[in-house]
Amino acid sequence: MSKDVAIIGAGQSAFVRGYAGSIRELVFEAFREAVRDAGLTPGDIAASVVCSAPEYDKQRSPAGLLAEYLGLNPQPCFTVESLCSSGTTGLRVAYGLIKSGLHDIVVVIGFQKMSEITSAEAQERMGRGADIMWESPFGSTMPAYYAMHARAHFARYGTTEEDLALIRVKAGKYGKLNEKAVYRKEVSLEQVLNADTVAGPLKRFDCCANADGAGCLILAGADRAREMSPHPVWILGLGSASDSMTLSGRRSLDGLNCARVAAEQAYAMAGVGPQDIDVAEVHDCFTIAELMAYENLGFAAPGEGAGLIREGQTYLGGKIPVNVDGGLLSKGHPIGATGCSQVRTIVMQLRGQGGPVQVPGAAIGLVHNIGGVGIYGNVIILGR
Amino acid sequence: MGFEKFGRKGFTSQTRVSAFVDYLEKGELCATRCPACGRVYFPPRADCAGCLGSGLEWAKIEGNGSLVSYTRVNYGPAGFESDAPYTLALVDFNGVKVFGQLNADVPETAVRVGMLLQPAVVTLPGGQVTYEFLPA
Ligand SMILES: [Zn+2]
Repeated sequence: MSKDVAIIGAGQSAFVRGYAGSIRELVFEAFREAVRDAGLTPGDIAASVVCSAPEYDKQRSPAGLLAEYLGLNPQPCFTVESLCSSGTTGLRVAYGLIKSGLHDIVVVIGFQKMSEITSAEAQERMGRGADIMWESPFGSTMPAYYAMHARAHFARYGTTEEDLALIRVKAGKYGKLNEKAVYRKEVSLEQVLNADTVAGPLKRFDCCANADGAGCLILAGADRAREMSPHPVWILGLGSASDSMTLSGRRSLDGLNCARVAAEQAYAMAGVGPQDIDVAEVHDCFTIAELMAYENLGFAAPGEGAGLIREGQTYLGGKIPVNVDGGLLSKGHPIGATGCSQVRTIVMQLRGQGGPVQVPGAAIGLVHNIGGVGIYGNVIILGR
Repeated sequence: MGFEKFGRKGFTSQTRVSAFVDYLEKGELCATRCPACGRVYFPPRADCAGCLGSGLEWAKIEGNGSLVSYTRVNYGPAGFESDAPYTLALVDFNGVKVFGQLNADVPETAVRVGMLLQPAVVTLPGGQVTYEFLPA
């Protein structure tokens, strides 16, 4: 288990429906919190990695703009993108920059102001999220793709709409406690089951909400981390994988292969297994995505993910608490910010700063962050 | 040019496999096959990722396929709003998986994963051409 690179600071803006400011101001909120958390000044930061899905930005090349606003010139800055997993792809790049010896302290900035474009523009971009030659011409959407995964899981394993609804109920319970979440209400099983169908079997509450938000992580090499931080959180394992953009290229639809492969890599690098994870953040852009994550991460055997939520094992006090910050379903999903927010939640947990949702004694945590409908998969294992 | 005619709404016009549309207009749904290594591709492609060869040949998709999964979409993206609800489907033709829409007259209650389907070419108002799936 290597302890070469640590997270020494984490910050997040509130995730909101429509942020009444510019992207630079939105990012500043997360950046200031992370820099103060790490006890640094901007001059200590050697490089910045910016994570966003640029089709939502009016500003061309926001990395340059942000470096200026955050006081990060003349240090190098650039953008990385892998749709909804951009934040953890940024973390992977920052890890490499530090491990290679190029830089000692690197900041990862994830953001999205989804309200920057009109809802009609957002609809138009949504249609281009699939292969524009072969799938978009049929009217495919993100909810539709995840719905097709749900149907495949139902058909093969007997999973039900109620199983998915139980995941949304859990998200509501913890989202209510997260003051940075966009949706802070509990929802009942009946409300989830009786809501309007978006793409069958997924209904309104099975889908996460768009939001504006920013997240920020500060990474340092071992020497700097030990000297600067009273509670460094170490990156023990990193896994990253991809799968076909078209559904035609997928081996099966009852799981995400990129997540399985990334998890194997991360567990092997960290020298731990699923049974060693104390707390996890998984990419629940839709309820079915969390259920598949249980299986793809090895928390449950293939086909047995529903058993975990039926027994309440992914609640606090269960075998493996998952998304105790409310997940994307409650927090909202500002594309580029999501991965940074997930990592921040695990950092707080491992420091014992989880507040009302602290998992007692949490020592090893996991983050699962997916881009597109299983096109990109990142799994990260963190430890004290 | 020519590929913009494919689908309810075309997103791109230029590709080296635009002959796909010509085959559709003749009533054939085609994959491509690499003559060098025998790999079959759907979606059709101009180049082989296995042997890095080009010059792939057209291969008609025939017979019945099995429904891998489906969803009834109630809210379409831009350009598809008035089409909703419609059913998206992935159909496996002997290992070649094809994505598309199910014929609109098939009632939702009759749709089952594993049901047998066959492709049919459809010409849309305005001259766009596409394919859909019908119960076998
Ligand atoms: Zn070949």
